[in-house]
Amino acid sequence: MSFDVPDDLRYLDSHEWVRQADGSATIGISDFAQDELGDVVFVELPSEGDDLTAGEDFGVVESIKAVSDIYAPVSGTVTAVNDDLLDQPELLNEDPYGDGWLLELELTDESDLDDLLSPDEYRDQIE
Amino acid sequence: MSLRSSPLGDSHAESGARFTDFGGWEMPVEFDSIRTEHAAVRESAGKFDVSHMGEIVVSGPDATRLMQRLTTNDVVPLDPGEAHYSAITREDGVMLDDTVVYCLPEDTDGDYLFIPNAGHDEQMADRWRDHATQWDLDATVDNRTTEYGLVALQGPDAPDLLAGETDLALSALGRFEIADGTVAGVDALVATTGYTGEAGYELLCPWDDIETVWDALDCQPCGLGARDTLRLEMGFLLSGQDFHPETEPRNPYEAGIDFVVDLDTEFVGRDVLEGVDVEGPEEELVGLSLIDRGIPRADYEVTTPDGEHLGTVTSGTMSPTLGEPIALAYIPTDYTEHGTKVRVVVRDEPKKARIRATPFLDR
Repeated sequence: MSFDVPDDLRYLDSHEWVRQADGSATIGISDFAQDELGDVVFVELPSEGDDLTAGEDFGVVESIKAVSDIYAPVSGTVTAVNDDLLDQPELLNEDPYGDGWLLELELTDESDLDDLLSPDEYRDQIE
Repeated sequence: MSLRSSPLGDSHAESGARFTDFGGWEMPVEFDSIRTEHAAVRESAGKFDVSHMGEIVVSGPDATRLMQRLTTNDVVPLDPGEAHYSAITREDGVMLDDTVVYCLPEDTDGDYLFIPNAGHDEQMADRWRDHATQWDLDATVDNRTTEYGLVALQGPDAPDLLAGETDLALSALGRFEIADGTVAGVDALVATTGYTGEAGYELLCPWDDIETVWDALDCQPCGLGARDTLRLEMGFLLSGQDFHPETEPRNPYEAGIDFVVDLDTEFVGRDVLEGVDVEGPEEELVGLSLIDRGIPRADYEVTTPDGEHLGTVTSGTMSPTLGEPIALAYIPTDYTEHGTKVRVVVRDEPKKARIRATPFLDR
């Protein structure tokens, strides 16, 4: 089975992704992660204004069969939360890199991004 | 210890199923997605490989007496071709397992068949043999777990689907019956039993021929994941999880299946259960629905609104049919009235929930 790993993103080995744009970042979970979890039925996320620390868990994604912590790929302050996931958690399965995004952050330190996996490194990990 | 494999294991691997260890067996947990598989069974039909379930055949002049001694329900009224649900209890009334007991059709090799849960077959066969010896009963006990493959075909379309593959007149079979026939040309015992709440069948076939039967059933393959969500919507017990002789020791009254206890029969555990029948159990398994957002899972604590401990969730999930978080939990009988507000503690957060009747789904 092959999974979508977009080239314009950076990845954490625990299967979160980051899309960077001018000091802000959008984060989500990878196609591989949503497939491993199966049908996502519940998402618990922080609120706007909360601070995340790179490497620490900040929320939970639950599928029918499993509970999974999600980890912050980078440190930052939450500037937007994908509220659509409250009523439509299945967006995480259907479009993990698009409508299934989790949070937007204002980055604390852009150099955090240097510690993340490149698309090729992440592909190696999940193959 | 290496895992036991189903005769369909290679077939499942080729179809891309994910596997899990269940009761010492490597079994498919998911073929496509739990939601897809679950919906197929509720709306059309699905097939499950449940070859991990045990098959114990009991025969001989004292077979009825032996079955009567070791299971809680009354086997005497069962005519050949009939079946019932039952419990297997020890002296203190605690359930070792739950099972379906079949009185086998005439001309079948054996008198009774019972189906213990995965991984219990050897223990139960030994228990039956030991008791036969102890009470000097003339009965033979044959563990045929690796001689039979078992496929469950479940869902509203199951009767039509099977009708095209069997020589049996399915409409002549009521619920909880068993008949000897063929499916896809293979010898099969066809039972009108299941674990989903839907119409359907359980098909016992020779181990080496089960793949022919599996392949002939043209419907959604389903794994143990969907089997679990389907049974939980019906409030059906999962042995080893909703009761377990060591980690969750419960009698049939606590587990809500006292309808399978016949106190007029002499079974192991009867005297203790007669006391429970008179006094009533101190705790009972109830259904829970979460009102707040969250999903109740096994081992989560249940409390009063004030935070006083009431019990623990034994099974919980997001119900795919209802779109509602549901659970089973043992609760002191003072709190089991339907509608009672309680809390389920999810990651240290008390979430509002209410006690409700099972099944969660009308069927």
